[in-house]
Amino acid sequence: MISAPAKKITEAPGIWQRLWGRGVPRIAMVVLAIVTLAAIVGPELMPARAREVSGDQYSPPALAHPFGTDLEGRDLLYRVLEGARISLLVGISGAFISFFVGTAYGLVAGYSGGRLDSGMMRAVEILYSIPRLIIILVFINAFDKYVKTWMANAGLGGMVGDSRVVILILCLGLIEWLTMARIVRGQVLTLKAQQYVAAAQALGQSHFKILTRHLLPNLLGIIVVYLTLTVPAVILDESFLSFLGLGIQAPQASWGSLLADGASVINPIKSNWWLLVFPAFAMCATLLSLNFLGDAIREAMDPKARR
Amino acid sequence: MITFILRRVVSLLFVLFCVITITFFLVKMAPGGPFDRERKIPPQIEKELLAKYKLDGPWMQQYTGYLWDVVHGDLRLSTKYRNRSVNELLAQTLPVSGTLGGIAFLIATAGGIWVGSFAAVRHHKPADTMAMLGALLAISIPTFVIGPLLILIFALRLRWLPVGGWSGISYLILPSITLAAPYLAYIARLMRTSMLEVLGMDFVRTARAKGLAESRTVYKHALKVAILPVVSFLGPLAANLLTGSVVVESIFNVPGAGAFFVNSVLNNDGFLLGGVVIVYCALLVVMNLIVDLLYMCLDRRIQLYD
Repeated sequence: MISAPAKKITEAPGIWQRLWGRGVPRIAMVVLAIVTLAAIVGPELMPARAREVSGDQYSPPALAHPFGTDLEGRDLLYRVLEGARISLLVGISGAFISFFVGTAYGLVAGYSGGRLDSGMMRAVEILYSIPRLIIILVFINAFDKYVKTWMANAGLGGMVGDSRVVILILCLGLIEWLTMARIVRGQVLTLKAQQYVAAAQALGQSHFKILTRHLLPNLLGIIVVYLTLTVPAVILDESFLSFLGLGIQAPQASWGSLLADGASVINPIKSNWWLLVFPAFAMCATLLSLNFLGDAIREAMDPKARR
Repeated sequence: MITFILRRVVSLLFVLFCVITITFFLVKMAPGGPFDRERKIPPQIEKELLAKYKLDGPWMQQYTGYLWDVVHGDLRLSTKYRNRSVNELLAQTLPVSGTLGGIAFLIATAGGIWVGSFAAVRHHKPADTMAMLGALLAISIPTFVIGPLLILIFALRLRWLPVGGWSGISYLILPSITLAAPYLAYIARLMRTSMLEVLGMDFVRTARAKGLAESRTVYKHALKVAILPVVSFLGPLAANLLTGSVVVESIFNVPGAGAFFVNSVLNNDGFLLGGVVIVYCALLVVMNLIVDLLYMCLDRRIQLYD
């Protein structure tokens, strides 16, 4: 008797397999890993002389300076790596602040419903009606001093030079949460109507437990998607502030401030192209990867898009 | 219908009121005053200045006074551009920003809708991939990089268009393209997603099954439904573009209102800032109302009022 070969039971591939198994998201993840690694260890590996101001201004890319040098003769590769640190730090921390605030806000609004919900959403609508740039500028202007004194008092005196980074993270995070709050609230409204939530309520579980145990895990997918899409948005916002001279202050550098410097020296006689090309390449590769990854995660989780 | 519009107008006024209030007190909280300069001004003169610009007295009194003036259409004097009223400054610069923004608005919507549908029809083909890669690039590269690059190519190298300034139609081309680029890309992505979803719907299959030409199926039947998410983005888009962009206007040296957004904050010029915010907010809320009405015309299933 011939035994039928055991039917191979294949589990539906998880999110991770679905992402890694496809070309574009895999490239995106590799690029992001390289950029992160370069940002963390890159500046430490560079020789000490690369960090210093030197005499050869605007020298084009060569063996000694693979990315060329800038106005002050600093090595551009080192500057780009340093910029990666700050840009990623601002982008990721800003996105996390927006995640905490937006998720908490959206959860409470959506779950409580009724008047509280409509009031909270009205507040979001009002904040949406003020130009983003103005909110950010007013925040920076109004709270720069407070953050500096707070940092000095909190025993972070040595880091007062970094206060601009801190305030940028706070401001950008506190602007970007609006979209997150809207999305989370919308999801909560649909989840709330599910029977398992009614069951949990009937069993007498506390609101806090229902929120954290039952609703939050089901929201994680959409939150991860918007987290990946918020990081590039914050990095881009920071670059605009740097262009306006309000972002990262010299001698610190972010990709945005490097690009702003590069864009300001473009002229037909001497193009100094490397000042624009290398920071732009680093920033675009990162932003593209993050956007592609976000899209891919969304597609991987969308039952309609599965093939 | 009338009650719906009336209700929306009331809520518009409420939003405007809140925004004015928030802006007013945020400006008051900021350190430094509008007359802080390197050189210290004598206290007597400062007092007179504050009185002239109605910045004396307790905050609440200043606030109610300001509200009263705004209700009467007086946005007061700018503290930075001495002796010029905010009304006058905005009347001079908003038409410039509006022209530029209006053209950018048309480019972004028309181009975005076209690119998005074009890509959706060729789903997973090279043309689709290229279009979406281009769109992501346009979103990822800041406009202050796109602008100088366009200047370098079309103005300095090819000498087809002027570098910057504001004195004719040819001066509009580069700035409006720069301004439109990221929004065009955003709309294209929105349009593609929505079009893909609609193309999988039953009525599209029916249209195809009854032998309708593909172009007619897509651009007549599917587009009408797929365009809805784009329509709802048009409100914020219009408010953003028509009030001017600091970055684009400074790159191309356009005398628009964009610079006020930044300068009014940096100079602690509260009334100019208030004026800019009021214009932006009013535009946004009015545009959103128009978009909602447009929505109803496009999709008869939606009833905004009972």
